[in-house]
Amino acid sequence: MADSYLPLIPLLPAAGALLNGVAGVRFFGKRAAAAVACSTMAAAFVLSVAAFVELLRRPADAREITVTVAAWVPPLALETARGIGTFAVDWALRLDPLSALMILVVSGIGFLIHVYSVAYMAAESDGAYARYFCYLNLFCFFMLTLVLGSNFLVMFVGWEGVGLCSYLLIGYWYEKKSASDAGKKAFIVNRIGDFGFMLGMFLVFYTFGTLDFRAVQDMAPAVAAAAGTGVLATICLLLFVGATGKSAQIPLYVWLPDAMEGPTPVSALIHAATMVTAGVYMVCRNAVLFSQAPDVMMVVALIGVLTALMAASIGLVQNDIKRVLAYSTVSQLGYMFLATGVGAFAAAAFHLMTHAFFKALLFLGSGSVIHGMGGEQDMRRMGALKRYLPVTYATMMVGMLAIAGVPPFSGFFSKDEILYRAFLGHKVIWVLAVITAGMTAFYMFRLVAMTFLGAYRGPAFPGADAHGGHPAHGHDDHAGHGHGAWHGPHESPRMMTVPLILLAAGAVVAGFVGIPAALGGANRIEHFLAPSFEPRGAVHAAATAPSDEAATSASHGEGSAAVERAAATAAPEGTHEAPHLSTAGELGLMAFSVVVALTGIAVGRRLYVQQPGAADRLAERVPLAYRTLLNKYWIDELYHATVVRGTLLLARVSWRFDALVVDGAVNGSGWTTRFSAWVSGLIDQYIVDGLVNGTGATLREASLGFRRMQTGLVQTYALLMMIGVFALVSAYLVLR
Amino acid sequence: MTIAFYTLAAFILALGVLVVSTKNTVHAVLFLVANFLCVAMLYVLLQAEFLAVIQVLVYAGGIVVLYLFVVMLVNLKRGPETHVDPRRRDRMGLLIGGAVLAEFVAILLYGFAPRATGAAPAAAAPGVGNVEQVGWSLYVDYLVPFEVASILLLVAMIGAIVLAKKEP
Amino acid sequence: MTPITPAHYLVLSAALFSIGLIGVLVRRNLIVIFMSIELMLNAVNINLVAFSQQWQHVVGQVFALFVVAVAAAEAAIGLGIILAFYRNKETVNVDEITLMRW
Repeated sequence: MADSYLPLIPLLPAAGALLNGVAGVRFFGKRAAAAVACSTMAAAFVLSVAAFVELLRRPADAREITVTVAAWVPPLALETARGIGTFAVDWALRLDPLSALMILVVSGIGFLIHVYSVAYMAAESDGAYARYFCYLNLFCFFMLTLVLGSNFLVMFVGWEGVGLCSYLLIGYWYEKKSASDAGKKAFIVNRIGDFGFMLGMFLVFYTFGTLDFRAVQDMAPAVAAAAGTGVLATICLLLFVGATGKSAQIPLYVWLPDAMEGPTPVSALIHAATMVTAGVYMVCRNAVLFSQAPDVMMVVALIGVLTALMAASIGLVQNDIKRVLAYSTVSQLGYMFLATGVGAFAAAAFHLMTHAFFKALLFLGSGSVIHGMGGEQDMRRMGALKRYLPVTYATMMVGMLAIAGVPPFSGFFSKDEILYRAFLGHKVIWVLAVITAGMTAFYMFRLVAMTFLGAYRGPAFPGADAHGGHPAHGHDDHAGHGHGAWHGPHESPRMMTVPLILLAAGAVVAGFVGIPAALGGANRIEHFLAPSFEPRGAVHAAATAPSDEAATSASHGEGSAAVERAAATAAPEGTHEAPHLSTAGELGLMAFSVVVALTGIAVGRRLYVQQPGAADRLAERVPLAYRTLLNKYWIDELYHATVVRGTLLLARVSWRFDALVVDGAVNGSGWTTRFSAWVSGLIDQYIVDGLVNGTGATLREASLGFRRMQTGLVQTYALLMMIGVFALVSAYLVLR
Repeated sequence: MTIAFYTLAAFILALGVLVVSTKNTVHAVLFLVANFLCVAMLYVLLQAEFLAVIQVLVYAGGIVVLYLFVVMLVNLKRGPETHVDPRRRDRMGLLIGGAVLAEFVAILLYGFAPRATGAAPAAAAPGVGNVEQVGWSLYVDYLVPFEVASILLLVAMIGAIVLAKKEP
Repeated sequence: MTPITPAHYLVLSAALFSIGLIGVLVRRNLIVIFMSIELMLNAVNINLVAFSQQWQHVVGQVFALFVVAVAAAEAAIGLGIILAFYRNKETVNVDEITLMRW
């Protein structure tokens, strides 16, 4: 059933993109372009829901539907670790719990953002409007391909495709140099990660002889036992490099804050809700592989938590509303990697989903603010917007509470699950994660406070009352958002607020699918997702006969210890051998994290609401720390000084080398050739030709006498002949 | 016989000299006809009647008419002899021709004459005509050369047509 | 008067041949040169018939007949060549036919 319409889920947005891209840019009005894009996304969402429902109806161990859309790479003989293998790849899609969750998120939030964009991008010209929706649809196509792909190569197509669309959309206002630069930066930084992904993919094929996820997962434990964990660790590390690029983790996170140059809905869709989570998705998709490489898991967890901490600390002091959200996204992605690193793949996917809701909400809210402020993004020129944008204020407040982890909002459940698993995994990581959580609550409240609370600090506008105390700042250019003269902050149109409200509702309720057992819930999402993180049949084996599995793994011999350890860290249910806390302990941790979050909010309230100016004084007191954070640890400068300069230096050195040595060699050999040619030319001219000409001349001179005989006159010849006759006859007569 | 031979020989040589020396080509052709007729008579003298008839028919009747036609067709505006090539060696030609003649005669006189008297001419086979003999020999002993000669003539005829045909 | 021996015929033949030879060597008109060649062929024929008569064998006459055939063919071809040449060059002067020159 589902296999009949599953391919349509990605193909519908593709059709929309094709229509808008081919015909829309030239012929469509705004309404037509928006209708095409939104209707295809709506249809994709409906089909996604249908597919999800159908999957739910099946028994837990049969929740996997594979559809081969078309043949792609015909079987090729290719060498693998175990002799010559067959390299054959189909355009195959696979629906399992993880990808079902992902397509719901992508098509659902994608649809809302499409709707939001209809109003947000209304100031664009017709062609640019269609172009925008073409890119957006194309992105959804690639993203859905990415999550539905049943093998590495199809996923890689989506992976590269979303990278392309990200580049196109960041550089959407390509007339602006900063936008096109940011697009290029995103593309190039992603390229580094993609290189790792590709190497990992090659190694996967070399090791397993197939690229199919399910086949790889089923083989992984056996391979780990047979070949040791080294190869798997290398694969996982390479794949993780790819994930760091796409999901903006240390050290490849630098592109994401710059990506805020794109339109805000794009930031919401691509750089918060979907594309940047592709790395997390990829790691979750290969959960079995990662579980076999505990060292790499540790690396993943460390990178994740460090990224989370670092990005959150930078977010503390940023003044651009979208940049705060960008660093917040990086930080939350770090959380997700932290979760995968400690083996909580389900928690990572859960947080991915809730994060998609509240971060998309926050971005769209910030877009609404920017829209209301006529393109202004600096929070220092906002304030007191609660009065003018009540809906935006309310929804963003929900988003803020969700991301801060205040119960009962969705972020609480997912974040708390991660913190809990981190606590079980490694205490230091847990401490860092908790600090990050506090920072998150603080800077998110700071964002809301600076934007909506306090005194109005924006430019003056007609009809401003006492709240608009400041004299007019230089009126900001409207960039791409220009919508005529700006008449002061105002609420956004319905097309924008409705998605906000829907997302806010999602941000509230999305967490309820994963209420932990400690709170009386069933943590249903974890059980739902479990089949995606296990080799086939392992769920049953683990549930019914854990000792049995232990016995088989023990029989693997040398590698069994590693396998067991990995299994222990990986098993998301913690069915056996996993450390477990008592319900009281779990509740205590929960309470602690709530307290941390509330503390962060309280500090923010104290610094930004109760005592305006206190924050500035604090910054003056610790100038070094403040400047470090404000300048983002000078990482960009560091990269510029090392990587960019290094590359340029290398290029320069290569150029000099090329110019001096290579060109010199080439020119030298050319000169040598010319010289030897000249010499041999002389030899040819004077010696060889001399010989030839001399021979000819000699012969000519010698033949001059004979030549005269050749008069061409027949009679002369006859005469000569007769002379010969005469001579012969004379000889006869004389000699007779 | 003797008188006939000498008379004919004188005519033949005189006419030959005239053919070679006359400026007018038409006259030369006419002298040539006369010469051929004289040779035909000489053949009769030598008891080769069939050959004599052929000589008259083919040479005097066919070939010479051909010559006449060509002479008519090649309507020269200026005589070929008016142009004198400096490289010509006319005297040399005369000299060599004379020398060769002298040598032939010398050979004949010194090598052939002594036995000439001794070799009595055998009488012709009685009852067998010259034409019959020639026919026997030609169609029995030399049949293949005869046919080859006929092919040669055919080829020559075709070649002459091709050569003489005006360019389209 | 001495009887007419083959030697007489041979002398006559040699003389006629020499006359033709001189014609070939001396004259410039191609047609006359051809006629001289005919004279030479006749000289040869006289020779052949003379010997035929001497040895009382008809083969000499047969050879003479072949010579006549060849002469006819030669005359036809030669005169065709003369015509073609004349058509191209407007001349039958051998001095102007120097294509074989170096």
